[in-house]
Amino acid sequence: MAYNGSSPIVVENPWERLSAFTDARIGLGRAGISLPTSKLLAFQLAHAQAQDAVHCPLDVEKLADELAQALELSQLPLRLHSHAQDRATYLQRPDYGRRLNDETREQLQQAATSQQRFDLSVVIADGLSALAVQQNSAAFLSALYQLFKNDRVDWQLAPLTIVEQGRVAIGDEIGALLNADAVLVMIGERPGLSSPDSLGLYMTWAPQPGLKDDSRNCISNVRPAGLQVEEAARRFFLLLKEARQRKLSGVTLKDRSEDDVLEGDASASGSTRNFLVAD
Amino acid sequence: MAHTYHTTVGSRSYRFANLAELMAKATPPRSGDRLAGVMAESAEERVVAQMMLAELPLTTFLNDALIPYEDDEITRLIMDDHDADAFAPIRHLTVGDFRNWLLSDHASSEALTAIRAGVTPEMAAAVSKLMRNQDLILVAKKCRVITAFRNTIGLPGRLSTRLQPNHPTDDVTGIAASILDGLLYGSGDAVIGINPATDNVAQSVKLMRLMDDVIQKYQIPTQSCVLTHVTNTLEAIEQGAPVDLVFQSIGGTEATNRSFGFDLSTLAEAEAAAQSLNRGTVGRNVMYFETGQGSSLSADAHHGLDQQTCEARAYAVARKFNPLLVNTVVGFIGPEYLFDGKEITRAGLEDHFCGKLLGVPMGCDVCYTNHAEADQNDMDNLLTLLGVAGCNFIMGIPGSDDIMLNYQTTSFHDALYARRVLGLKAAPEFERWLEEMQIFQDVSTYRLNDQLPAAFANSLRHLPKEPRHGI
Repeated sequence: MAYNGSSPIVVENPWERLSAFTDARIGLGRAGISLPTSKLLAFQLAHAQAQDAVHCPLDVEKLADELAQALELSQLPLRLHSHAQDRATYLQRPDYGRRLNDETREQLQQAATSQQRFDLSVVIADGLSALAVQQNSAAFLSALYQLFKNDRVDWQLAPLTIVEQGRVAIGDEIGALLNADAVLVMIGERPGLSSPDSLGLYMTWAPQPGLKDDSRNCISNVRPAGLQVEEAARRFFLLLKEARQRKLSGVTLKDRSEDDVLEGDASASGSTRNFLVAD
Repeated sequence: MAHTYHTTVGSRSYRFANLAELMAKATPPRSGDRLAGVMAESAEERVVAQMMLAELPLTTFLNDALIPYEDDEITRLIMDDHDADAFAPIRHLTVGDFRNWLLSDHASSEALTAIRAGVTPEMAAAVSKLMRNQDLILVAKKCRVITAFRNTIGLPGRLSTRLQPNHPTDDVTGIAASILDGLLYGSGDAVIGINPATDNVAQSVKLMRLMDDVIQKYQIPTQSCVLTHVTNTLEAIEQGAPVDLVFQSIGGTEATNRSFGFDLSTLAEAEAAAQSLNRGTVGRNVMYFETGQGSSLSADAHHGLDQQTCEARAYAVARKFNPLLVNTVVGFIGPEYLFDGKEITRAGLEDHFCGKLLGVPMGCDVCYTNHAEADQNDMDNLLTLLGVAGCNFIMGIPGSDDIMLNYQTTSFHDALYARRVLGLKAAPEFERWLEEMQIFQDVSTYRLNDQLPAAFANSLRHLPKEPRHGI
């Protein structure tokens, strides 16, 4: 885009090819010292998508149907709602998002009248990205259910639940009401510009309302461009078995599956060598 | 001693149960105070509280501790370190008169430095609640807080940047790419600082070595920091790692800091350990702290105080340990605490003002999350206002997008915008380096070099041919 035959309006960065090594927005070039129009608009699009991910409501019906089909469920997942009636309330009142509203609590109590104990209750919550939940839940649970099926233990799973306007801790109330030994909350994470679709997995042993973050274990960044669903399911399953054996979760329960990966990584690339200090 | 506050406006009477409630209700509106249930219930009640606060003598804050002395080591720090001599020139003032004094021609830069040790965080918080945004800017600009390690930060007419080359898997080539991008846009004089994705000692040491190698090879007059827990950095020092600055997130109550896993004695130990390495060349400020309104409420450790007063108390912790940098990460915590661009902007200006008044080398992470009602325009506004107010430093990240922490902060381009439009320069030692390395054609006119500087062109020849996929 030469101008006056000599000095270009937009100066490109000769190190732009470094962007092959990172998702960071490097080598953007400049108009004067400012962002070139194309890069400005690319950013605006990413921000718009992330904002939409926060505000776009979960299509519960569609998700329920997909799950029933993918997991061959005999009954549709239970539909629940937190005490936060809408997104604006949800964003400002984290305490409301952590407990069920009265109506759906009663429904859940009725559904859980049997004295049966379950090994695990799975809770799907929209969290801060319904997109993440919509796109990754069925695939993740298919992978996880396969692991349950192939295991020697006959895992008893509580009825699957989907919660609207839910935060992580709402799983404690649901797990407790369903007499489950452990709860898995699958929730849409705070969306980033390059990751509007990231699903988080939180596991709590012996769920009870009032538990804090230090009693949970988290596996983060589950999405096609992040942690793959098969690997996420494998890690979660190991974590669940460990929790079941030691009857605890949280900071005292180490995620050993991740340790293996990190140690492997350290031996392979523990060096700090890089192109900036190569000679 | 605890005291109740009553007044009548027209036919309505108002009652505030104690000083903490009066302070909270006098605070400009924000979602975190609403969440905590301490916010004024009406616009009128807020202004009534401000009027009553304006009448209070400053000495009230020396007699009526918002969190009891016996219960909180930060209250003890504030009371025990209060300097009566420094306080003498303002001792006779009310909060309202203190605002007048700060704005007056009596309050020169020298006078503001002289009273610093006599001002408590609660006095700073109280007066800020009566001030408009322009007051917060005007007084902050008069305050001088200058610190040094390998360069000098906070000089008048200077705006420094933290180069923040975060990467979601701490990939060394990815981090190096962001460092190069930042340096070639003139960023990194405050610090090159990485938030590690994997937060343990081994990983931190690896990242410290990576940055130390780069700083040494290119002889960059700056410092590095890995933003890991203070106890991790202490272990790294024991292992002989090249630690320039020790990082810690801090809050304004003892219980907040305990929830972060440290107390004041930990910070004292860390400062001494880092100073013993003698790695600074022009100064000995070795601590880097981060703060932010809402952290005490989030940790359920706010003792019924409003979030801005808790935040100001964190600066008492900071100034005790002679930091090089203190950074209020204003928009990171989310809309439960600061709902939108307006609340984030107000909080950023309050934090910068209170920090500077108390003598803290204040910078600001001008930032927002995607679930807050804020956008790049809000950040442009706050960045410009803080540049005018003489903020010591801001963040610099490629294209505003932190791909590890999932939030947006100021970019390398943004910093150059602020420098150019406000006539601000990098730290002097770093500025000379930018010129010597030919990163700028002309530093004085803010013109970057269109060509790749020779030293870096050489480095790019060592690039691996194929990017590594995954980790």
